[in-house]
Amino acid sequence: MSVLVDKNTRLLVQGITGREGEFHTRAMLGYGTTVVAGVVPGRGGQRAIDDKVPVFNTVREAVEQTQANVSIIFVPAPFAPDAMREAADAGIPFIVCLTEYIPANDMVPTYEYIKQRGARLLGPNCPGLLTPGGAKVGIIPGSIVAEGPVGVVSKSGTLTYEAVDALTKLGIGQTTIIGIGGDPIIGTNFIDCLQLFQDDADTKAIVMIGEIGGTAEQEAAAFIKAHVTKPVVSFIAGQTAPAGKRMGHAGAIISGGEGTAAEKIAALEAAGVAVAKEPGEIAQLVQQRLHQR
Amino acid sequence: MKLHEYQARDILQHYGVPVTGGGVASTPEEVRRLAEEVGGHVAVKAQVLFGGRGKAGGIKVVQTADEAEAAGKQILKMRLISPQTGPEGVIVEKVLVAEAITYDREVYLSVILDRGSKRIVVLASAEGGMEIEEVAQTHPDAIKKAVADPELGLQEFQARELAFSIGLTDAKQARQFASIAMALYRIFVETDASLVEINPLVIKQDGSLLALDSKVLLDDSALFRHKDLAAMRDDAGEPEAEQKARASDLTFIKLDGDIGCMVNGAGLAMATMDVVNLYGGKPANFLDIGGGANAKKVAAALDIILDDANVKAVLINIFGGITRGDEVAKGIVAALDNVRRKVPMVVRLVGTNAEEGARILKDAALIPATSLSEAAKKVVAVAKGAPQP
Repeated sequence: MSVLVDKNTRLLVQGITGREGEFHTRAMLGYGTTVVAGVVPGRGGQRAIDDKVPVFNTVREAVEQTQANVSIIFVPAPFAPDAMREAADAGIPFIVCLTEYIPANDMVPTYEYIKQRGARLLGPNCPGLLTPGGAKVGIIPGSIVAEGPVGVVSKSGTLTYEAVDALTKLGIGQTTIIGIGGDPIIGTNFIDCLQLFQDDADTKAIVMIGEIGGTAEQEAAAFIKAHVTKPVVSFIAGQTAPAGKRMGHAGAIISGGEGTAAEKIAALEAAGVAVAKEPGEIAQLVQQRLHQR
Repeated sequence: MKLHEYQARDILQHYGVPVTGGGVASTPEEVRRLAEEVGGHVAVKAQVLFGGRGKAGGIKVVQTADEAEAAGKQILKMRLISPQTGPEGVIVEKVLVAEAITYDREVYLSVILDRGSKRIVVLASAEGGMEIEEVAQTHPDAIKKAVADPELGLQEFQARELAFSIGLTDAKQARQFASIAMALYRIFVETDASLVEINPLVIKQDGSLLALDSKVLLDDSALFRHKDLAAMRDDAGEPEAEQKARASDLTFIKLDGDIGCMVNGAGLAMATMDVVNLYGGKPANFLDIGGGANAKKVAAALDIILDDANVKAVLINIFGGITRGDEVAKGIVAALDNVRRKVPMVVRLVGTNAEEGARILKDAALIPATSLSEAAKKVVAVAKGAPQP
């Protein structure tokens, strides 16, 4: 078992012929993901990735012909909101958007549009997700993962790889690894993923990696206290970041008294979460928690 | 992108929000002329992109045009040092000459993007003149909100409700407040702002409202469709290293430690700083080379780090995903050929093409590390003067 994507995933790639789209579609195919279609307006009828994947002009047509059930978006920022809306309107139930630098205000009506059509969004500006042995939908390197009992959810990309790599090296595999992204407006959040992992029978422990800025980690802590019975291990990046400076991720900015690492760590510890002092400690804490059960 | 007060004031005025008389000046003579135009009683305000300018001597209220000119002489070209500017401070190039206003009451009004509701929200408070973050902590009940519909936008009735909720019960005042709130919402949407704020919004003795001070922050990601706003960028006062980093498409923030850090990914970069700190070191910077960085970018990054004379050692931490270890290694080698000064460097390459990277770096005089903890311990040791292992 796993969450959101698995062997039954039939993936559609929006922007399959772009530099990023093509490179990562090859990697996803290489991992064993079922990629059924690509969409590039004006290139319908062609085939991409060494003739392996049919290309369609519209998402609607691609869904009708291939029964795609997940879409991943590699479209540049000015066009990505439209691409997300197209996927939602064509009935794709799960949309993963990797595009970074999407104007934040564009996401307000886009998020609403997707929600009204009953679809789930992951991202934007996220590394996607990966179910070891099932499907890779995004850019998380397949080489560092293993099948196993830990659900991982994170705001960050490379920091997630760091934690997952350490887990795998300790012999602890993962059910699904989800990167939710750090933009001001994102679809799937920490709480959604915690709920999914709590409900997944194969997930025995959860790793949640947060960072400074906003209040998502504090809200997640409250949710964990009330609804999560599985052990949760966490790390919060940005403990030494100065206040008021934006650290790359649009979200990682501390302003006023909201969103410091200390506040987040205190909230998580109060909810019974084991908070690692450094990324290298995450895997050890997971190992301890798994053995305690 | 942060706009100067005078730029924000221009935008507000363009959208019909009443602002103070006066204008922007870059010489004492211009200050005098502007002060004369509005009767001499003015505030001369340094235009810098940092807070704390009042306490740093950057704002003077004067009664006559002569005094205004003198204030202009003092403030223009001064080195303004506030807690936010850092010890070097910034040189003041422009001042806003604003007509001094007498008023009865101050209120607060702003438009923000609310992460929680995923909507644009208008905030108002009867407590004008205070930082909104402070109000949020001391008496959160004083902050009133109107959530804009994601498709229809802010409605007039919502703006009126806000006016009444902060005690502007006079019909004419409520109407004027509502029209200012609607204008602010339009500015937020049409300029792709991340904050539009009037603080304080004052109620003059004749009962009318006026924006005494305002702030506009723009979303950098949306500047591609606002060439006119992008042209308002003022690099003056921004540290040279941060300007250089932006030109190379790197995210760099200078800190006050002595260990230079180069990392791919914002989260990992912050975590790397945390681990350096945990092992007793002090990071000299935050530097994210981004995803898929090539050799050229890596070389530019190393150059920026070594420009900082405080840097005694460098930690390069790359977890390859889209970024390839061999590209990073090539960048390091290229940069090493050109560096003006040598400092010990600890390099940790993991993930995509890390082995090729290690091979390229084999002959360079670098200190290898496999884990982040090990890398941090090693860099802290060499920064403190330990011999290279």
